[in-house]
Formats: sequence, C-alpha cells, structure tokens
Amino acid sequence: MLFILPRLCRQHLRSYVQSHIRQLTTGQPNVCIVGAGPAGFYTAQQILKGNPNAVVDIYEKLPVPFGLVRYGVAPDHPEVKNVINTFTQTASKDRCTFIGNVTIGKDISIADLQKAYSAVVLSYGADNDRLLGVPGENLKNVISARSFVGWYNGLPQDIDLQVNLDVEKAVIIGHGNVALDVARILLMPIDLLKKTDISQHSLDALSKSRIKEVIVIGRRGPLQVAFTIKELREMIRLPDCKPVLSQADFIGVDKLIQDLPRPRRRLTELMYKTCMEPTDKDVKLWKTAQKSWSLSFCMSPLEIFGDKDVTGLKLGINKLQGEDLVKQSAILTDQTVDMSCGLVLRSIGYKSIVIDPDIPFDTKSGTIPNKDSRVEGKPGMYCTGWVSTGPVGVILTTMNQAFETGKTVVKDINDGILDLTKPGKSDIFNILNSKGVQTVSFKDWENIDQFEVKQGEDVGKPREKMVDISQMVSVAKKS
Amino acid sequence: MSLSGLRRPVCLIPKFALCIGRSLTVPICAKRRNVPKIMSVQKFSASVPKPKKETVSLCFKLTDGSEHTATAKVGDNLLDIIIDNDIDVDGFGACEGTLACSTCHLIFKPDQYEQIHEKPTDEELDMLDLAFGLSDTSRLGCQVIVTKEMDGWEIEVPSGVADARG
Repeated sequence: MLFILPRLCRQHLRSYVQSHIRQLTTGQPNVCIVGAGPAGFYTAQQILKGNPNAVVDIYEKLPVPFGLVRYGVAPDHPEVKNVINTFTQTASKDRCTFIGNVTIGKDISIADLQKAYSAVVLSYGADNDRLLGVPGENLKNVISARSFVGWYNGLPQDIDLQVNLDVEKAVIIGHGNVALDVARILLMPIDLLKKTDISQHSLDALSKSRIKEVIVIGRRGPLQVAFTIKELREMIRLPDCKPVLSQADFIGVDKLIQDLPRPRRRLTELMYKTCMEPTDKDVKLWKTAQKSWSLSFCMSPLEIFGDKDVTGLKLGINKLQGEDLVKQSAILTDQTVDMSCGLVLRSIGYKSIVIDPDIPFDTKSGTIPNKDSRVEGKPGMYCTGWVSTGPVGVILTTMNQAFETGKTVVKDINDGILDLTKPGKSDIFNILNSKGVQTVSFKDWENIDQFEVKQGEDVGKPREKMVDISQMVSVAKKS
Repeated sequence: MSLSGLRRPVCLIPKFALCIGRSLTVPICAKRRNVPKIMSVQKFSASVPKPKKETVSLCFKLTDGSEHTATAKVGDNLLDIIIDNDIDVDGFGACEGTLACSTCHLIFKPDQYEQIHEKPTDEELDMLDLAFGLSDTSRLGCQVIVTKEMDGWEIEVPSGVADARG
C-alpha cells in the first residue's frame, strides 16, 4: 500500500497538470446537451465530474426539465421520480446551465450548436410511436399509448387528446411496461389516483370511466413478454381487479422455465402461479372484484372495425417459431378471431424523429447511427438514451449508458480530439435574443415547481402540473 | 398570489416525489436515513429497531479494484453507509432507498449472505432482477440492515456495465 499510494498520487497529479496545461493552451471544453431527460442529465453529471473545466449547457424544448421522469413515469410511481433530486444537484452546479423553451431544429440549428460547442450530445429521446399499419387504425378511440401517457401526465402536446372512456372494454396492444402502466391507470381505484400528481383533466375523465375489462394483447407468448416483474406484480395485486390468464397458455410452461436466467424465470413463474396455482387469499379477493384484466398471447391485430368509433378488432392467431425459447418469433397462421371493444390503445414501441437535417438518422430503426455514442460521420456529435438505442430498458439502463457517453466525451476532450476554442453559449444566446425566444433557466423552473406544488397542496396532491406552455413561461418569469 | 412568499429558506428541490408521506423539503445531499421512508407494502429500515450506537467495520470493494473501509452503525442500512461515507459510485441509490431501482446492488460472500437477518422480499427480488451482474448472493443495499455479526465483512459493489447499449 505504501508503495502504491505515492504512485497513484503522482499519476493523478500528472493527469491533472496535463489537463490544465491543455486547457490553458487550447481553451475550455464547452459541451451542449439536447434534451433534459434522464439521458441528458446523467451525461451532464458524468462530464462535469470527469473534467473539472467542462461547461455543460442543457437545452430543452419545453420550459420544464426532466423529460420522461416528469411526463412518462406513472403518477402512482412517485418513488421512481426521486432521481430528480440528483438532476437538481447537477443543474445547480456553476458549470451547468439549463436552457429551457428552446427548440433545436427550429430556434437553433444543429449547425449553430456545432459552431458554438466543442461537443454536441443528442439525448432528445423517442417522440414518435410505431403504427400497427392495419385498416381502421384511424378510427376514433384508437389511441397511441404514448399520447395517453402524455395525456394523464399533463404533457402539453397531449392534453387535448380525445379519449372516450364511456365504454366497458378496452384492448391494449403490446406486452411492454407502457401497456401495463396504461392498463393499471385505466383500472386503478380513483381514490388512489386522486392522491398522485395525475393531471386534473384526466382524473376528471377517469373518474367517469365505465371501463371494466382490459385485455392486453401480445403477438408472442408468455416467455417473450417485455414488461418487468414489478409492473406485473402490481397488476396482479390491483384492488378490486381480477387477473385473467388462460390455462391453455401455461400448460407445460413450468417445465420450460427451470433453466432460464433468474429474471425471466421469476417473471414467468409469477404468471404461471397466478394462472395455475393462485393462493386462497388471492382467489377470495378476486371473487368480489368488479373489474378484470387479461393477458392474451400470440395474437396480432389485422383489422380494426367501426363506423366512426371503434367497435372491435380482428386478430390473427400466431404460432411461435425458433429454438431459443425467449427469442422465438411470431408467425401468423390463417386462423383469426374477432373481439369487440370500445377503446384500442396501441403500445408497440416508440421511435425517434429527425429534428434537424444535419443529424444522420436510420429511419428503419428510428435511431441515430452511432458507435459507442459517437455519431457516425460527425466528429464532435454524440447521442445517448433512447434516440441512440431505441425505446428499451428502465431508467437504470439509460443511466448506465449515459455515464458511458459522458466518459466517452471526457476521453475525447482529454485526447485532444475536440476543438476547445469554441465560444459556448454566448453565440447561441445572441441568436435566441435576435429571434425573441424567451428562455427558461433552472431558477425559472424552480418558480414553476413551487407554483405547481402549491396548486397541488390545495387539492391534496403532491403537485398539479401546469399544462399550458405560455402559462409556464409567465410563472417562470415572475419572481 | 405572491410567489416570493413560497420561497423556502433551504435549497429548492422539486417536490415530485412526495405522494406517499415523504418529507416536504429534501435538502441537497440529504442524509437519506433522515428521510421518512413510508410505503404500505415494502419493508424499510425505518421499521427496524434503532440504534444501539454499536458500530462495525465494513469493507466495500469497487469494480475498479479500490477498497473502502467504512464504520457502520448497527441498525443503519448499507445504502446510507455508502452515501454517508462518501464512497463514490456513480448513480448509487438513485431512488433514495424506496425500492424503485436497483442501483444500490451489492454482492455478498455466500456464507455471509446467509447470515443477513432479513431475507429479501419479493419486491426486492423484483428490483434485483433488473440489476447488472446479478448473482445468487445479490442484495439491495437499502434493504440490508447492519448487524454486529457483519464486522469485518467485505462487500462487493458492482457497477453498471458498458454493454447496456445492446
């Protein structure tokens, strides 16, 4: 230990001095991040930690930060939103600036950012959703789950969503966590929802909902579901709601799962036990339940019926093919089944959009082509989070990836690959001022935050989100 | 309404996460054990009898090979110990001990794993299933309460891996 310690110190000192000399001779690393969600904040955190001179500016289209932590995480999962405390610490650092209410690609171009910053990190997520591509998809009450989530979470662009809950049966297409979030919100007792930060307009609509039955449909089988066990367990324990699983889907499944990795095994076991061996306590609870939800497997929508409003859908039955059980793919057979319903929610994944023609984009995968976060063919441009990987994983996945992106940027700074003579935000503010764009700082956001919390206190909620962008800006600027 | 009247003397923290009885002001760098942890289903350290002022010595081994010795009060949870001792693990304890993430993942030696008093609940195992480098002797630090038998234990702190990008 005595031998190692001085050596470590020397190495540390040397790299510190070297980085200082480099900065003195070549300038300061100015980094900008596009999108203030978890990917953006975790990347910023890592860059600020990894380089003591780096300045990081985080641009956000909305006047408010935190992306899907604010607008995606379900209102009944407040504990997941604790990550905001860490993001707030990051934003409160002197070398970090939040610049909200600026649309990159409209107010400021990517070329402008590249002129002003040594590195541009794109972390603007996945704003668009995948379509089923079947007849009838445009009928009334066929809704994207992404928009429905935005609607109940108060995302300004989704608050006017036309959703008719005066129906008894809803079908959700997709077996991911968003599908289960949406099912849970549709079926949850309204008294529980009232205590969350769910937006008032959706709480009003949900309190009048007549939905009693939700069917969650996936194209593959029980071994291929994409949701995670926490969300499944919540659905199974939902008060006044009975889970319905068909025994035919689970015969023999117990024999298949013993050799699977633990997460998949436990997830499948929970479905199996709920279906085949429910406890007496569960059975007793479910007996009196007024509502139900079911998981249906190996079905793909072929057509959605209805005149103006949706009345049902035609589903094709799939068979599964492939040796690796967990990766089996669905092959459509010629068998079909019709199902009636009054609401269809499409939850088959998101994709990103092109916000500026200067960003390379793979339209098939809906992501930015990159290698280890470095955007292909664009030195000084990086991407991270869902815009780089597609919409997969939980916040932890995004966090780990964003840390790696941050380390990559720091490495490129230290290796002298990036141009450190760029001026940083001053040039961008000149453009914004000339265009009359009203920016929102982190301090301004704190005004919004306090206002929302106060509005929430008055109605017994942790917050009541503002849903109007101009109101957000005006509250932000009052101090 | 006057907004200035709302300003609190402490650092202003968004109050998103306050649904279920959490403290209204969470100062930056809050010592997590001071924050009430109240949820209906899960078990939290707050329910465990506190503290006998006894301390034990623990050694945390990080993936970079470094070792950190920490003095831990019996009755505290291991997430708090790591935070309070400034052991720097990126992203550690992201949900602040509310059993909503798996960032406080720790790996124990098999015989020591068996000696931990509180066995993992289904909810803890559910979150662990999402952890990187999950092992048979993995636990979440926020759910493991220090006992005096733990004196001298070496505990591994795995970190996220780069292959998350798939």
